[in-house]
Order: sequence, then structure tokens, then C-alpha cells
Amino acid sequence: MMLNQVEELASKASDELGKVTDVNDLEAWRIRYLGRKGSLIQVLRSLATLPLEERRAVGARANEFKKSLEAAYTEKKSNLERSSALSLQRESLDITLPGRQVSLGRLHPTTQIVEEICAIFSSMGFQVVEGPEVERDYYNFEALNMPVDHPARDMFATLWVDLETEAGDKPVLLRTHTSPVQIRVMEKSRPPIRIIAPGRVYRYEATDATHEWMFYQVEGLAVDKNITLADLKGTLFEFARRLFGEERKCRFRCDYFPFVEPGVEVAIDCMVCRGAGCRLCGNSGWIEILGAGMVHPEVLRRVDIDPEVYSGFAFGMGVERIPILRYGIEDIRLFYSNDLRFLRQF
Amino acid sequence: MKVSLRWLKEYVDISTPLEELCERLTMAGLEVGGMEVIGGSWNYIVIGKIVDVSAHPNADRLRLVTVDLGKQRSTVVCGAPNVAVGDKVVFAHVGAQLIDGHSGETVQLEPAKIRGVLSEGMICSEKELGISDSHEGIMILSSEATIGTPLTEYLGDTILDMDITPNRPDCLSVIGIAREIAALTGSKLNITEVHYPELERAIDSSASVEIVEPDLCPRYCASLLTGIKVSESPQWLQRRLLACGMRPINNIVDVTNYVMLEYGQPLHAFDYNEIRGKQIIVRRAQSGEIIATLDGVGRTLNPNMLMIADKERAIAIAGIMGGADTELTENTTSVLIESANFNQAVIHRGSIAIRLSSEASLRFEKGLSRDLPLIALKRATQLMAELAGGKVAKGIIDVYPGKQRRESISLPVAGIKRLLGVELDVSEIAKTLELLGFSCRQAESNSKVHVEVPWWRTDVTCAADLAEEVARIIGYDRIPTTMLSSQLPRHEPVPMLSLKRQLRNILVSCGFQEVLTYSLTSLEILSRLSPELRLIGPTPMKVANPMSREQEYLRTSLRAGLLSVLARNERYQEDDMRLFEIGKVFLPRERDLPQEREMLCAVLSGSQHRLSWRSKEEPIDFFVAKGVVESILSQLEMGASFEKGEDESLCPGRIASVVIGDENLGVVGELHPKVSEVFELSDAVYLIEIDLDKLLSFMVTLKKYQPLPRYPSTSRDIALLVDEQITYQQICEIIQNFPFVNSVALFDLYVGEQVPGGKKSLAFRIIYQSPTHTLTDNEVDKVQQQIIDKLQRDLRASLRS
Repeated sequence: MMLNQVEELASKASDELGKVTDVNDLEAWRIRYLGRKGSLIQVLRSLATLPLEERRAVGARANEFKKSLEAAYTEKKSNLERSSALSLQRESLDITLPGRQVSLGRLHPTTQIVEEICAIFSSMGFQVVEGPEVERDYYNFEALNMPVDHPARDMFATLWVDLETEAGDKPVLLRTHTSPVQIRVMEKSRPPIRIIAPGRVYRYEATDATHEWMFYQVEGLAVDKNITLADLKGTLFEFARRLFGEERKCRFRCDYFPFVEPGVEVAIDCMVCRGAGCRLCGNSGWIEILGAGMVHPEVLRRVDIDPEVYSGFAFGMGVERIPILRYGIEDIRLFYSNDLRFLRQF
Repeated sequence: MKVSLRWLKEYVDISTPLEELCERLTMAGLEVGGMEVIGGSWNYIVIGKIVDVSAHPNADRLRLVTVDLGKQRSTVVCGAPNVAVGDKVVFAHVGAQLIDGHSGETVQLEPAKIRGVLSEGMICSEKELGISDSHEGIMILSSEATIGTPLTEYLGDTILDMDITPNRPDCLSVIGIAREIAALTGSKLNITEVHYPELERAIDSSASVEIVEPDLCPRYCASLLTGIKVSESPQWLQRRLLACGMRPINNIVDVTNYVMLEYGQPLHAFDYNEIRGKQIIVRRAQSGEIIATLDGVGRTLNPNMLMIADKERAIAIAGIMGGADTELTENTTSVLIESANFNQAVIHRGSIAIRLSSEASLRFEKGLSRDLPLIALKRATQLMAELAGGKVAKGIIDVYPGKQRRESISLPVAGIKRLLGVELDVSEIAKTLELLGFSCRQAESNSKVHVEVPWWRTDVTCAADLAEEVARIIGYDRIPTTMLSSQLPRHEPVPMLSLKRQLRNILVSCGFQEVLTYSLTSLEILSRLSPELRLIGPTPMKVANPMSREQEYLRTSLRAGLLSVLARNERYQEDDMRLFEIGKVFLPRERDLPQEREMLCAVLSGSQHRLSWRSKEEPIDFFVAKGVVESILSQLEMGASFEKGEDESLCPGRIASVVIGDENLGVVGELHPKVSEVFELSDAVYLIEIDLDKLLSFMVTLKKYQPLPRYPSTSRDIALLVDEQITYQQICEIIQNFPFVNSVALFDLYVGEQVPGGKKSLAFRIIYQSPTHTLTDNEVDKVQQQIIDKLQRDLRASLRS
């Protein structure tokens, strides 16, 4: 009786296996018959209740069935896997067809560099601030130790805003540098100060491949007790190393800006000729990247910071110069004429 | 400033190699921007003397000239008209590099047979040597030239082109630069006292000086020479002036220029006989006073300008240019030489007012030393006496109302360390400063040095100035490199900066290219933003001295700039463009700086997707632009509503104002076709503009976490038929107000044949969810039915089957 049941089960299992066409059905079949709770195993377990004689006969038979079903399963499984691999191959794609891109825009190269510069200085504890582009003569010149008729004003060809005061002079202008932000910050806060101020500046200047009347600068200022020229050197060398690469050399030379004393010009060795002299560096081997110096005691005094107690350094750099050097751009006018063929390269 | 190395060597011993010297000067703040070598290629060229001139056997216009070269004699064929026995000339041997007088090319001299006579060498013109363009005859040297000397030794020179910073007017002179070289190289400076014989008769009896404006003229010195002969200067003097970029005029004027180049003090020579009343008066100009200056131009003056006048009239504009009336002529026999100090501001303003800047004004306006006039005057007087054969009246007129005490600075040694970050001992500081001519006296202790500033250093007034002097002489390489070690300042957040950065990133990820356009524009461009071509918004602020009409006004809107960029790029066959700018607009305020408002403007044109094999081309429409604004708002976690708006630049009926509360933050819409036309845009353009200052005021500063739903949601779709004028928002608001409605999405909108006229069909998917339990079908169906009833009641909507 039991034997019949086993045989019936085995033939049903065998039939069903024949009809299985995919891996999922096969797995279901396996669980149904050969799994731990599968019917064949159930049968084998129930043998325990049979008399010994019958148990032996049925047990042997049942085990034979189990073995043969297992073998059939293994074969079926490898057959199925082979055919599914074949069918996947038949459905393969022309993977050279273009993908569906998500259109992304880009930031203007100036913005990119400004962000890069600010990130470097932010990591050294400088905070980013901004100031007005239309400025008073006082902030742009006078408070920076350039009173009216100071000869150094000639270094900054100025665009004046048509806004006459009663006195008849024109005290409002388009800032010629970002340095007025120094004064605005020092008027409002006390040392320790560490700021970086990016922004547009303007000059009365005819444009050509190397001159633009509107450009961007980044200003830096640090004021506290015991800040020295050595700190300025360390800060700017570190900046140059991060922006221009580990192997760049850096040079300080004496220069003049009325709002710093001592004043320095900072140059890096030319990335093209590495100091040997070439067209890019005008044969000097060095490329000026920024002007800097120790904040002039007169400037500190004007914002009520005692120069006997505090000292500080300031620096200012032209922004466009950096991508110009880095990418070999030949004409500064490309920046603000906004030709997409140019902008999309960055 | 151009400086002759030969000239410098008269004042300082230079043994440092030239390249190194230039490097040292540059590092110390006197940048050598360029260098020109005169006679660098003068090999095989020597000085000779013509000893014989005879006729060429075969040519009338050529002669055979024999030149004594010291060790040998050479006879050459020469065609020049000015060969004369006894003259010292320049002789080129075979092999010399010369410039061809006709072609201008450099050629090597070869032996040549000229009309049958062999010529091994050549007598040269200035052009052939590259000295000047003169090629009419051979160059005749001064009689002192030594026969046989290589020309390079005699005339060769190197001209340094130096960039002198405005704080160093003392270095606008040969002696000033010589002093720097002496300090930098430690070599000796050779400045000798000037002496010349004087007449018995004192100058005071022949002329007088009165300074009416002592504040504007702190010092006026004058000397008088009589019996002079105005003529050409000697060659050496002319050559030096030319090499330094000045034109020789006559011996007297040339000496004033020469001494200016040498000492840095501008001088002026008046024809003494033309000075009426023999009196010099330094006064302000009268209003409308006119003077004819040396350049032949009549100039109208104002009382802010300082004049040199005689008893009757103005004879020079002080410190800027002399007058024609007292100009030297061939007949001049006596000159009064002026060497004065003028207030820098008055010269600067005067020079701007009459748009005339001269070598003199460029020096005066930087502030010259008051000690200099007398020293330079003596040198000029000596040279003129030598070169113009005059006699010098005894003494010098020296009116000096502005005499000052010498500047003295107390320099704490610790102050140097505090500023430079390098430890230097007292003696090194003192030694370094003394190299530059400062005199140092050590104070009681070792902690201070009293420093007396040399008279020529008008720029040094405080300890920081001295620190720079020390640093630039010891070299910046000696300054250590340290990192800031002081306390970090308290962080003050600048929310606008973060907002701008966030917006830029959102727009870039929405496919927008950032552009940056000029802040200055024209009224014409701004008025293109209105279909009637009139200016919208406030009157922009004007630049007083614009460079061009295109850059005359401060922008009050970013729109015009962006639309111009769009149009320009359309011409480069760009089709699908999404551009944005974040920048300032300038809104005028009464008696104040303008308000600088941060704005965002973006424009879109072309197709929604770039051309692709997977999707069909669909042009950008209003809802793409609106979607961008929605994306921005959603990224910023802000809710705003879109309301019907008005905007002159945009198409009526296709404008939405972006509104939060009562505040209008910005606008999105389609560009008015007329505006599009004036900007020469061919495609439909959509524009977005948002006021960032307003946006910032609504930013959520504190965000709260929303717990995740614990129970599943269920969705139901409904298709509604409504009158065409019913808006999406009306329907949506009704649905959203029902309980369990979590969200509503419109997934179809249809108007056309399948629906009755005047109607439209909208299909919504409503998501239902409860925070407290799993909704049963029954519950959802009930709410759904209530929604349908309400829509039918309020909006006369019907279900579309």
C-alpha cells in the first residue's frame, strides 16, 4: 500500500519536473518534493511507523526514487541555466548607442576659481565676506592711506559715479579693488580678524587681450596680536602650493601699495618654463600672482585698532589670471563675453 | 624710467654681474622691466682718424680714404659727402656686423672691390651702427676719442628700463638708483661736491624771488648765468638724453634735463632779459589767466594752479611747463635757472586740469625732497658754465619758507621682530639702514635705535617703513615661513553667500550654464526690455567718465545682459540654451550709495531635451520654466504660490508671480515677442527672475524631521470633466482638504474631440494614507465619494467614464 503511494508520488514528481521551464519553477519543485518539508521526505519520515519488513522494502525503494529525482533535478538545473544564458545572449544590446544623459550645466570659470580660492582660505580659518561694488572714495582710497592727490591713486584708473556732493567733488566710484572691504570689516569687528572677500572690481581701462575693465579680485585680511610677515609668507606659500601644486616655487619681492608696509609682490615660478624664462613669464621665470603686505599702521589707526598692539597682513589677487595661467587662455575678454563655446570648456 | 649703466657707473662701482644686479634691484622693489644693449654687436669696430682723402681713380663720387687705426692704417673706398682729414670716425673691419643703410638688414662686412679698388673695411654712418636713422654721412666722433679704441668701450652702454613705484621719486634719477645699488651690493658711492667759479657781482643785485604762496612752494632757488651762448650740446650729452628717451634741444635746456635725470630735480631756465622787473613771483593763477606754454599751446588757468610770474605776467606754470615768452632763443645771453620745490597736490591737480603732464610734473606730484633744489641747482649751474661758456653771478637766491626739521624715528628692535617675524640684532639693523644712508644712534639700552632719515627719503616716516627697508636689503628669503598661530575668530555666518552657492548648484543640476555679464550697460539696452522701448523701473545711476556709451549706466536688471548673451550665442548656432546669472543690480537711493540687490535671472530657449534617438523633440514651454522655479523652491524647502502676474517684458497671460505671503519674490513667464524681436532672438524664450534678498528672508532656518509613515498607502485615480475656466489649483485645493489625502498628482489633461466643447478632462491620482492605521477599502471609497460630491457641487465637475 505504502509502496504504491511512493511510486505514485515519484512518477508525479518526475512528470512535473518534465514540465518545468524556468529556474524559479525548478526551485519551487525542489522545495515541493526534495525540500526539508517536501513530500518525499515526509514519506520517508512516516516509514518509522511501519512494521520492520515493510519499512525496509519501502525505504529502499523510496531512497532509490529520491536519488533518481535528485539526479534529474541537477541535470534539469544545468540545462535551464545553459538555455537562459543563451537567450540572454540573443537579447544583447548595441551598447555603443548613446546613453540618455541628464543635462547638467556648468559654473562660470571665474566662479569656479573664486570658490576654489575661498575653499583654500576657509580651511585656514578665513571667513568669506562681501562688500559693495559702488563705493565711497573714503573706503576705496582715503582710509587705505591714499588721500586726495596721493600719487598712488594713479595706479587705479577710476570710474566715477555721477553723484555730485555739495562740495562739487565726486566721492562715489566703482571700487577699483576689493581692499575697501578691509576697512568695512575692521570698522565693524575687532581682532582677531581673518577674512577673505571675493568680488567684482572696475577700472577705467581700454580693453585688449590682457586688460579688461571689469574683473574679479579676492582680498584677504588677518589682524591680531603678533601677526608677522613670516605668517604672511607661510599663508601665501601654502595657498600657492594648494592652488598651483606641490612642486611650485614661490617668491616674495618688495613692492609698493600705500595701505601696506612692508609691501610685497608674490610670484610663482613659471609653470611652462619652470624658471628658465619663456613667453608666458616674459623671460623672467616668475609670474606675479598677487600683491600683499603688512597692514599699514595708518590704516589700523583709522579704524581704531592700535598698531602698537595689533598687526596684520593683507593681500589681494586677480582671479582671472589663475585660469588664464592654468588653461593657457590667450584673451581675458573671453571671460565676460560669455561665448558658450568657451564657457562649456570649464 | 630709463637709466644708462655707463652713467650709473660714474656714481657707483659696479662689479656685480649685470643679470645679478638687475635681480637684486627687482627683489628690492626697483623692478628692472627691460634692458637694451647699445653696441652689443660692435665687434671689429674701432675708432680711427682720417689721415688722407684722395680721388677714386674710376669714380667721381667716390673717394679713397685712409684711416689711422693706431697700430695700422687702412684705405677704403667711401661715398659719404662729409669725409675730412683730421676727423675721428668709426671704422669697421671685415667681419663686422652692420646694418645695411638701404635695406635695414643686418649684414656681415666682406672685402669688396668697388670700381676696381679693393676696400677692406668701411667708415660707418650712425644708421649702419644702429645708433640712429642718420645715413646722410659718416658719423663724426668728438676729437677726444682715442684712436684704436673699440667702439663698444667708447659708446657701448646698457639701458635699464626701470619701474619706479610712486613712493620713490628719489629713484627717478641716476643718483637715486646708484644709491640703491651701493646699498644692495655694498659698493662705494662716488658723489663729488660741485664747484664753479663765480663773478664778483652778487645775484641779489640782479634778481629777486618772492613766494606769495609758501604752502604751495616751500622752497625756490635760482642762479644766474650771463654771457652764455645757446648752441647744440656736445655729443655725449645728446646721446645720454636720447638713450633715456629725451630729445636734445640746446645746451641750456639739455643741461636742465640732464640734471633732472641725474638728481631727480626738475629745473627750468628763463631768458633773464625777458623777465620783467627782474623779479620772480610765485603766486596762484588768476581766474581765466592765459599763458602760452613752450609747446605753443595757449592755456587757460584757474586759481587752484600755481604760477611763476614776473612783475607783469605769468612766465611759467609752476612745476608743469615753462612759458613761451621767456623761452631761450639763439640770442639769449643770460639765463636765470629755477630749482624749486612745489606742493605735490597743486602740481597733480594742475596737471589734470590742463591735461598736461611733463617729466617735471610727474616728479613733483610724487613729492620731492626740499633739500634737493639747491644741490641740483649747483650741478646745473656748473654744467651750463662749462658747456655754454657763461659766467655765474655770485651766490644763489634761496627762499626757503618751508624748512623742516629732519625726520627722526625711534625704532624698537622688538618692533622689527613683531612685524617681520625674524630676529635681528641691533647692530645688523643699524648696519643695514646705514647702507641706505640712514644714520643710526643706539639708544641707552639695546632695545632701541634712533634713526635719522636721509634727506632724499621723503617716503620714510615710521617704524614700519624702516622695517621694510631692512627686509628688502637683507632679502625676503631671510624671513622665515610660519603659519598663523593666533586664535581663530568667531564665525559670523553670511546666509546670502550660502544661498547663492546653493542656487548655483541647483541651477547647474537643472542644466543651466552660469554666465557673468558686465555691471555697466546702456539705457538703450535696458529699454529694450519694454515692448514700447521705454525704460522700466528706476533711472539707473550714471558713470561720470564712461569708457563708451555701451558702458555708461549701472544695471538695474540682469535681464538685458542675459538676453544679449542668448542672442549672441544664437548666432553661433546654439539652439537649446539654459543660462543663468546671479549678480547685483544697483538701485539708486537718495544721497546714498545705491542699494545693491542680489538677483537671480535665468533664461531658457530651444528644446526640452537635447536631440536624442530616445525621445522626440519638444520645445521648452512655460511649464518647463515654472518647473525650474518649483525645483528651486523644493530644494530650498520653501512653499510659494504662483499667481497671475504682470510684467512688461513678458507675454500677458503667460506670467506667474512667485508669491510667499504678501511678498512677490519674482516672476516666471514667456518673453514678450516684441522684446524678443529687439534682442534679435528667433526662438520663444522663457525667463525666470527671483529677488534673492526677499527669498533669503523666507528661508527656513530650522527644519524638523518628519517621522516615516508606519502604515501603507492606497491610491485611487479619478478622471474629471470640468468647465475650461476651472483651474487645476481650484480642484487640487478641494481634494487636498479631505482627510487621509496625502498627495494629489495630475497625470492627464485633455481638451479636444473626446470631450464636449468648453470642457476639459483632468485625471488625478490621489494617495491616501493614515498615520494611525492601515486604511480599509471602505474608508478610502467613502472619502473618494465625498471628494467627488464636493467637486460636483462646487465646481460642477462630473466623472468621466
